[in-house]
Amino acid sequence: MKNPVYILAIASLLLLSYGLYQGMVAAPTERTMGDVQRIFYYHVPSAWVAFLLFFVNFIASIWFLVRRNQRVDGLAVATAEVGVVFCTIVLVTGPLWARPVWGIWWTWDARLTSTLVLWLIYVSYLVLRQFGTGGQTPVLASALAIFGFLDVPLVYMSIRWFRTQHPQPVIGGGEGSGIHPAMREALMWNFAAFLVFAALIVFLRYRLEVAEREVESIHAERSVSPAEVRRNA
Amino acid sequence: MSQLVAVARRTLIKDLRLECRSKDAINSMLFFSLLVVVIFSFSFDPTAEESRRIAGGLIWVAFLFASVVALNQTWARELRNQVLDAYRISPAPANSLFIAKAVGNFLLVTLLEALMAPLFVVFYNLRSIGPEYQLMLVTVLATWALVVNGTFFAAISIRTRSREIMLPLILFPISIPALLAMVDATTQILTGESSPWFWIQLLAVYDVVFTTACLMLFETVLNAE
Repeated sequence: MKNPVYILAIASLLLLSYGLYQGMVAAPTERTMGDVQRIFYYHVPSAWVAFLLFFVNFIASIWFLVRRNQRVDGLAVATAEVGVVFCTIVLVTGPLWARPVWGIWWTWDARLTSTLVLWLIYVSYLVLRQFGTGGQTPVLASALAIFGFLDVPLVYMSIRWFRTQHPQPVIGGGEGSGIHPAMREALMWNFAAFLVFAALIVFLRYRLEVAEREVESIHAERSVSPAEVRRNA
Repeated sequence: MSQLVAVARRTLIKDLRLECRSKDAINSMLFFSLLVVVIFSFSFDPTAEESRRIAGGLIWVAFLFASVVALNQTWARELRNQVLDAYRISPAPANSLFIAKAVGNFLLVTLLEALMAPLFVVFYNLRSIGPEYQLMLVTVLATWALVVNGTFFAAISIRTRSREIMLPLILFPISIPALLAMVDATTQILTGESSPWFWIQLLAVYDVVFTTACLMLFETVLNAE
């Protein structure tokens, strides 16, 4: 049980340090933006990891509604929480980059607003979890997660109708897009590092959630055990 | 199918009769939107030009907040005397209950809009440049968009601590695309600057997607324990 944690921890330590070297030293300095562009190696991988975690949350929510497996619900909680953290990193690093480059902290552009709305949706999911009572919360939260995920394409479509200021995708974008191979390498190393790091945190959070539920059920069992009932009588 | 319609009709009639006699929801909604109209009028100069550009957002924000009043009491009434539990053990299809509640809320919010629209026109000197039938279409689609998810989420929030606060917290983030669509469609019809059809289509898609999702998941949520 301990092994995956050690493996993930060592792997994320190595990958994060190599990613830091790649992003800060090995990757060339951007011609017009200068060193501030290096935040890109953290901003973009965080965004990818956050979206991936929200997708896992969606799958886990459906799976839970079909199978009613408590462990799957634990995974849904863990991915939503860690996803919100990574989404927050995206929303913080974005303005830090935008201020020197665009001259403004924030703009109501398609990608920025969609990410913010996505963040709001998953925060509301966590609030529902927090305020839920008893065993019905996982079912209610799963329903909300499915609604939230269905909302994402609609959010994106509606907000894209406004003018878009965010840089076009540089990975898998159209003709004329693309980045220096060394930058791409740094980005991919950091993506790998963030992915492994996120897996580590999700795994730890998942184990904590499962342990919490076990403790709760043991408490519930104990409170109705003959010895306890006699003691309280 | 006929059972679905029959149960839904009975529930709807029961709810409407209750509302007709008590007038709890509609009165508080009306007064609330009236307050919004008055308070907003202090924040900008309500000349014809200015209000045409702002009214779309103003009207829908007022209706959104007011409809939360109706949505919150949708299920609260059924908690007394364990009516909701009786529904759950009865063989009546769960979706008929949902449809009745959603349609009831739709009628209630539509009535509110019909009563408030003249007030907006009077207080803000509103005159639509675009055709009126488009406004009607937007109103129907937008009201359904608000109440279908609202009714569903009210069934979720009723099961949590601090019920009344919970509903807007989970409803508003999901409703953002619908809100954006209804506000922009209304503004574009009022100002006549550009075509509102993209937004009307988006509202229609939103309605279809979430009505389907509600009908598929309502039974699960009703029986959650």
